[in-house]
Amino acid sequence: MELIGSKISIIDASFGYNEHELVWENINIEVKQGECLCLLGPNGCGKTTLFNCINGNFSLNTGSVYINRKNVKEFSIAELAKTMGIVFQDHVAPFPYSSLEVVRMGRTPHLGVFETPSKEDTEIAYGIMQELGIEHLADKSYTRISGGERQLVLIARTLCQEPEIILFDEPTSHLDFRNRAMVLRTIKKLSQKGMTIVLTTHFPNHVWKVGTSVAMLGYRRMVAQGPVDKVMTEENLSEAYGVAVKIYNAESNGESVRFCEPNL
Amino acid sequence: MKELGMSQTYDERSSKKHSFTGLKYIEKKPSVLKWALMTAFPVFLFILSLFLGRYTVSPDQVLCILGQKLLNLPIDRFWTDTAETVVIKVRLPRAIMAAMVGGGLSMSGASFQGMFQNPLVSPFILGVSAGASFGAAIGLVLELPAIGIQGLSFLFGLLAVAITYFLSHIYRVAPILMLVLSGMVVSAFFQAMLSLVKFAADDEEKLPAITFWLMGSLGSVNLHDLAIAVIPLMGSIILLYLLRWKINVLSMGDREARALGINNELLKALIIVSTTIITSSSVAFCGIIGWVGQVIPHFCRMIVGPDHKVLIPATVLIGAGYLIMIDNLCRLLMPNEIPLGILTAAIGAPVFAYLLRKTRGGWN
Repeated sequence: MELIGSKISIIDASFGYNEHELVWENINIEVKQGECLCLLGPNGCGKTTLFNCINGNFSLNTGSVYINRKNVKEFSIAELAKTMGIVFQDHVAPFPYSSLEVVRMGRTPHLGVFETPSKEDTEIAYGIMQELGIEHLADKSYTRISGGERQLVLIARTLCQEPEIILFDEPTSHLDFRNRAMVLRTIKKLSQKGMTIVLTTHFPNHVWKVGTSVAMLGYRRMVAQGPVDKVMTEENLSEAYGVAVKIYNAESNGESVRFCEPNL
Repeated sequence: MKELGMSQTYDERSSKKHSFTGLKYIEKKPSVLKWALMTAFPVFLFILSLFLGRYTVSPDQVLCILGQKLLNLPIDRFWTDTAETVVIKVRLPRAIMAAMVGGGLSMSGASFQGMFQNPLVSPFILGVSAGASFGAAIGLVLELPAIGIQGLSFLFGLLAVAITYFLSHIYRVAPILMLVLSGMVVSAFFQAMLSLVKFAADDEEKLPAITFWLMGSLGSVNLHDLAIAVIPLMGSIILLYLLRWKINVLSMGDREARALGINNELLKALIIVSTTIITSSSVAFCGIIGWVGQVIPHFCRMIVGPDHKVLIPATVLIGAGYLIMIDNLCRLLMPNEIPLGILTAAIGAPVFAYLLRKTRGGWN
């Protein structure tokens, strides 16, 4: 497989929590520079498992994951953190740190073992918060802001790592409409600026909103992958989710909008 | 503003250094006054404790003894030998030990609370006190000299935590939870062993000796003890101090800490080793001093906030002052000295209850 120009390459991957039962097998995915790949699929299809294989938390049974043409296993922890930022799904806020402190933690891979963040690190952190329009949260306790704001703080923290790739695991689960829009808008903005992004979601509608390409997982296998318009068809969606899905086209402010709904 | 093309990466753009138009951020930090007061607290109590005690040494005598002995001032000797011994060999080492142990236990508590993502954890959670008590009890039963009792106590404290640590690595899931559970198991085991030693001990002399020893006291601390204790204690305190900011990152959980570029197994091992050296030596020299490691971090969080970068130094200062204070009370409240562990618990527990109420569990 041609690896040049790709940010992430997943080659002949299969994974199972035990040897007899694989979650999925023979997965091949390539993510190019500046692409926003959505890992789409129903609950329990192994999106998060695949996500954890890409970020090096889990080891594949067969196959390998390459980040910048280098096997993910060969990265040191700090080196990986400088290359790839991760926004996790279920995140517990332990202590009521200020939001700025949480963002500043993103500087960790750039600091030595005994080093604490410098004034410059604080400025970088605050600058990124300004860029995302959340500087008003800086002094607010991280445990007392809305779920969407918290997600933006985590995105800011990830940007503080100055990564080339950002992975999002279900970035909008548990969020209401407003917060969801806020987070998706931010992801789209990052993508337009050229950040390479991989995100998992079980909402097909989000793919049209932010994705440039999509890998659609069904149970144990890949249903389809490629550019959004080619993959996001009623047939594929129905197959992946195991329910008849209808796609609707609408127009809003001169822009065409697509969304889909399962038939009841 | 020109939109960036797809070919240009986010990095190239941001490498033109974060040139932001907005206002500069002014960080909210504890004020200089706060730090000054927090520093004054242990310093004041330290000096005060040199003047206080059952044996009366007049303040001018204390000052002159200190001046001559520590600063080599040319002062003519007008005091008794006993007065000099009391100030230099009893009160001074005792106050220094109280400061190191109080500061060390408090910062160990704060570090563990960060690492275990729980503000209610005590520094003894990995079984160090049970192990060290058992070691000391054996030493007392075998009638070893003081250094032997301290040595055995220290070693068994280390051993207990080492067992906990390796036990927790048998299962690879949720390592933090496994550490807590293994700590409970190891504690229970060494408690049982301690009971066995107590049961077998001669109840005329040795059983009371064990019981008193476990209640904790700084009464027997001398210059020699201090010389032995200062290196491990100060070494670990400095190491924890240097790691303090990383505890923030670690408190976000294992997975996130790793994603942020932290070798969390190494960091956790470093924290466990340094806290264990602190707790083990404090139990070995002063017996079990409960509640300091829980109450002081909690209290400090109220004063300086949850950021470990400032919380850790604050706990050292306040913890040092607190234990000197309690030790002074132990010496002065009653004609006979009260064991230290009794007072730290008798004062610590209700204060902790009050702080819990005030901070609603310490999370917010």
